[in-house]
Amino acid sequence: MIEVKARVLFDGPAMADVLRLNAPLSFWGGFDPATGIIIDNNHPQKGQCIKARVLVMPATRGSGGTPGGVAEAIRNGSGPAGVIMGEGDVNVMVGAAVAQQLYGLTCPILEVTGNDYETVAAARRLRIQEGGTIEFAD
Amino acid sequence: MTEPRLQLNDECRAMLAGERGPATKFAMELVQRAAHVMGATQLVPVTFAHIDACFYAGQAHVDFARFMLEGGARFAVPAWTNNGLVSLVNTDARDPETEMARGAKELMQLYADLGCRTVWTCAPYQLPGRPKLGDHIVVGESNAVSFYNAVVGARTNKYGDYLDVACAVTGYAPFAGLHTDEGRKATILFDTSSIPDELKRQDIYFHLLGTLIGERAGHAVPAIDSLDPATGEDALKAISAAAAAAGGVEHWHGIGRTPEAPDIATAFGGKQPHRVETVTLDGLAHARRELTSASDGPVTMIALGTPHFSFTEFAALVPLIEGRKVKDGVKLSISTSRHVRDLAAAKGWIDALEAAGAEIVVDTCSYFSPAIRGCKGRVMTNAAKWAWYAPGQLGVEVCFGSLRECAETAVMGDVWRDPQLWRGLA
Repeated sequence: MIEVKARVLFDGPAMADVLRLNAPLSFWGGFDPATGIIIDNNHPQKGQCIKARVLVMPATRGSGGTPGGVAEAIRNGSGPAGVIMGEGDVNVMVGAAVAQQLYGLTCPILEVTGNDYETVAAARRLRIQEGGTIEFAD
Repeated sequence: MTEPRLQLNDECRAMLAGERGPATKFAMELVQRAAHVMGATQLVPVTFAHIDACFYAGQAHVDFARFMLEGGARFAVPAWTNNGLVSLVNTDARDPETEMARGAKELMQLYADLGCRTVWTCAPYQLPGRPKLGDHIVVGESNAVSFYNAVVGARTNKYGDYLDVACAVTGYAPFAGLHTDEGRKATILFDTSSIPDELKRQDIYFHLLGTLIGERAGHAVPAIDSLDPATGEDALKAISAAAAAAGGVEHWHGIGRTPEAPDIATAFGGKQPHRVETVTLDGLAHARRELTSASDGPVTMIALGTPHFSFTEFAALVPLIEGRKVKDGVKLSISTSRHVRDLAAAKGWIDALEAAGAEIVVDTCSYFSPAIRGCKGRVMTNAAKWAWYAPGQLGVEVCFGSLRECAETAVMGDVWRDPQLWRGLA
C-alpha cells in the first residue's frame, strides 16, 4: 500500500478508479456537466467520462465559469468522485464547496505536486481519506 | 503540512458564527477557504463588486442564488450585474422559450432580488460611479478585470462564479495576487518602437496589440513600452478585452497612459523585465490572422459592441451609417448597456441607427445570446474578443476589421477593406 499526503483544498472521502488526464481540462466548456463526457475538441482525452472517477489532472484551464461547471456536474451525479490536481485551483474548490452546501454531495479537491503527482497518477484505483491522505495498492 | 493562519477580525468571526444568517456564514466560509487556497493570511475590505454569477450556466447557478436569497444574504457593497444570458428587453416572439432562457431570466430576477444594481453590462466602467485608484474591488468578467486593474487602477483578482458573490456579501476578499503591491508589477515589456505611428492611431491596432500581448504574456503582467497619453478609453477597452481573451491577462500597464505606469521603472517596481517582447508588423499580421477565419466576401451579420459599445463608439459609428441603409439580408447588431443606449438615444443616435436598419441589443452579449444563435455564415466584427470566441460559440466564420470597414460592409453586404489600413499587415 502506498500512501501520499496531499494539500487539501476541499476535504472529504472518496474511493474510485482513477482517470488520469494528460492535459489541463476546462470545467467550463471542456466537458458536458449533464453526462461528464469531455467534449473539448483539443483535449487528448475527448470522449472519456469523468463521472464517478477520481480525476488526476495537471491543472484546470482557468475560467470564471469553472465553479458552475463543477457544481452542475456534481448536482447531476455526473461529476468526479474526487479531483487531485498538480496545481490547485481556487475555482474548482469553490464548485465543490457550493455543491456540498446546496446538495450535500462531497467531492474532495486535493493538490499533489512533484514526484508525488507522478506516483498518484500511476494508480488505477485509490482511496482518499478525510484530511488528504491518498492510499492505493502498489 | 502547516498552512499560514488566516487572521480574521471580529466582524468576519461574527459572520462565521452565523450572526448574519446561514447564507452569509457560508459566504464567509467560502472566502476563508479561498484565502487558504490562495495562500492569503489576511482579508481585505472591498468597496464594489461586479457580479458574474448572474450569467446562467445551469441549475446550480439558480440554486445558489436562491440559497443566498432565502438564507438572508444581502450585499455589503454596491454590486452591479454583468450581462445576462438573455436580453430582458430584446425579446423575439420567434425565440422558443427554452429551459435555458427560462433559467436565465429566473437567475437575473434572483440577483435583482438580492439587491444588485441591474446594469446588465460587461463594461460597467462606462457607467458613472467608477471605483477609484487603489480601491479594492471584486470583479469576475475578464475584460472588466483587465480594465479596472489597468486603466482605473482599482485592484481585483479574477473572481470566479460564486466567490464573487461571497466576497460581495461579506465585503471581504483574500489579500493576495493583484490586491497586493508586488502582485501588480509588470514582468514582461512589449517594445512597440518599430510600429509606425500612423498605425498606432488606428482602432485596429489596439485589438491586434491586445491579442498579441495575450498570446505571449499568458497570465503574467505585461507592460506596453509606450502609449500616447491621449489614448482613449475605447482603445484601452480593446487592449483589455483582447489580452484577457487571448491569454488570460488580468492586469497590464501602458507606459505613459495607465495610472500605475508613469514610466517603465515604476511599472516594473524598479526591477528589470523578465523578458522583452518585440512587437513587429509581422506579429500584428499574425494576430490579424488569428482573428480572421474567413476570406472576404458576402456577410450575414456585423457584430459590434464586445465589450459593450460605448457612448464614444456610438458617436464614431453614427456619421458612418446615418442616412444610409444596411443591406437587405444583413444584420447589423450593436450590443450595449441600457445606460449607454439611453445616452445615445437622447442624442437621436438610436433612432438614426434603427432607421438605417441596425439592431441595438442590451443586457447580453451577442456571442452567447440565443437571439443570435442560428446565425450562420460570414460575420464581420470590429472586436478582437468577439472574433476570438464566436467561431467556437456560434459556429460562424469571422472577419475582423475596423469600425469604418464594418460600417461600409454593413451597407454594401460584402466585406469592404480600407485600402490604406492594412499595409504591412496582410
